[in-house]
Amino acid sequence: MTEHKSVRGTVWFRALTGQASSMPGDPKSVLTADAPIGKEQARFLCVVPDPNARFPCARHGEIGLEEGYTLASRVREVMQPDKNRTKTRRPIVAIVDAKSQAYGRREETAAIFLACAAAIDAYGSARLAGHPVIALIVGQAISGVPLTHGYQANRILAFDDDGVVIHAMHKAAAARITRRSLGELEQLAKKIAPMSYDIRDYAKLGLLYKLLHVENPEEPSEQDIRYVQDELVEAIADARRGSVDLRNRLESKGALEMRKASLLVRSRLEAQWLEN
Amino acid sequence: MSDQRLGANFINRQSFIELDARERAAALFDAGTSRELVGPFDRMESPWLEQQGVTPQGDDGCVVMKGKIAGQAAVVIALEGAFQGGSLGEVSGAKIAAALDLASGDNVKGISTSAVLLLETGGVRLQEANLGEAAIAEIMASILVLRRHAPVICLTAGTVGCFGGMSLAAGLCSYVVMTREARLGMNGPEVIEQESGVDEFDSKDHALIWAIDGGEQRYATGLADALVDDDTPQIATVIRGLVLKGAPPVYRSSQVALHRGRIATLDTSRQWDPRELRVLWTTKGSTEEKQ
Repeated sequence: MTEHKSVRGTVWFRALTGQASSMPGDPKSVLTADAPIGKEQARFLCVVPDPNARFPCARHGEIGLEEGYTLASRVREVMQPDKNRTKTRRPIVAIVDAKSQAYGRREETAAIFLACAAAIDAYGSARLAGHPVIALIVGQAISGVPLTHGYQANRILAFDDDGVVIHAMHKAAAARITRRSLGELEQLAKKIAPMSYDIRDYAKLGLLYKLLHVENPEEPSEQDIRYVQDELVEAIADARRGSVDLRNRLESKGALEMRKASLLVRSRLEAQWLEN
Repeated sequence: MSDQRLGANFINRQSFIELDARERAAALFDAGTSRELVGPFDRMESPWLEQQGVTPQGDDGCVVMKGKIAGQAAVVIALEGAFQGGSLGEVSGAKIAAALDLASGDNVKGISTSAVLLLETGGVRLQEANLGEAAIAEIMASILVLRRHAPVICLTAGTVGCFGGMSLAAGLCSYVVMTREARLGMNGPEVIEQESGVDEFDSKDHALIWAIDGGEQRYATGLADALVDDDTPQIATVIRGLVLKGAPPVYRSSQVALHRGRIATLDTSRQWDPRELRVLWTTKGSTEEKQ
């Protein structure tokens, strides 16, 4: 696997919010800012590397205990003031570029599963409360990362670029666990779309709202930034028009083709559920 | 005298762990009320395994049963740890999410319906990678909806335990029930050893694994709501009690300030004896379910 420097998260956070800092009291690994998008203010969040993080296994941009709970509290904070407002709910944008969750003994002991669940709870509850939640995948989103910080979004956008990888597990570990060589795994990944590490194959699964063609994702031009902003505005509007659940991922053109089994299971289960 | 009785109980004990997924699910319902949905004869197999030389299974390792628990409508979803490690593929994942959504729909219609998830799983099935992971995300979304209406109870009995993405789903549930034999954690010991080295986690150290992930520890640190013996009638009684209890006042995964505060006070310069956390994280409000 190529060395991942995880600069994209910071680059795009700065491009879209004009800054790249964490909020007071937060770990430096979680960037949070409120910034204009279209005609409104949105909350942006991103997990980035902090070489001095308190937890030794979470110093390279991993999502660990502090990251999970910080994301959760910063998402919930937006939900609170909006609670009583009858008008529009503030959009939440998760900028995603993280290679994995933190693999450590301290993390397991202190229940990282709950830290991640807290972030999922926050993003999912915000979506159900009517906040448009958008995930913008600018780099890596592997293993527990997309589950914790991205997959509860109403709409998922990703860059059409080789530096973008969305996957359940990085290549070396996946090969080891399924007892295959890296070569065998790569061959299979070419044939079997859900196993592929290529973002274009991923896009075929119908989970993405859109693939964005950014000229230079590492050093975006003004034009790149404007384009992504426009797409975010459009995704927010589309999320508002749609339902607060995730059904769009099963109704997409890609899903009708690639998730036939899911759709068949759902219709059969519904039919048998109603029999009595 | 008491020793004899203990021995007799142990011999007469009806092990839950020894049951397969279908037997486990059936054991939790009021007698004669359950029926399986999309069972093995529906032949809803994984469309991805055969082309990889893996034999699929007619139920994809996931059993869905509908019936009554304590007189109320309930759905029990059981993962079969013996098939591909209980891993979540496209079909098993879709079964779970669909069943939870149908239960939510019934609640909206006024038919109170709870769900019990019997989780014995390593997480995403890597042969179906991104579709397994997407299904887990959808299961999570479905739990968040259903738990507002009725209890979503996670029971992990062992011996596979509950790991990977599904441990996060367990974290979202209204209640978590565990045996001493069960484990609940995000990253399995082998994965940690591989990614961070044997000094970080020795995956052969079984005492350490259970000291961290085991049911007794998770219960003692307030991360599980009930600790049960490997005894089918006792487990069924505890599940009935939780169904009748209804939704908790607050979900564990929504108590962000509490948990964030706990993490902030930990000394991260060293590894901890997991028992230290039992003192620091006193169990609140969950002792009553202890059997």
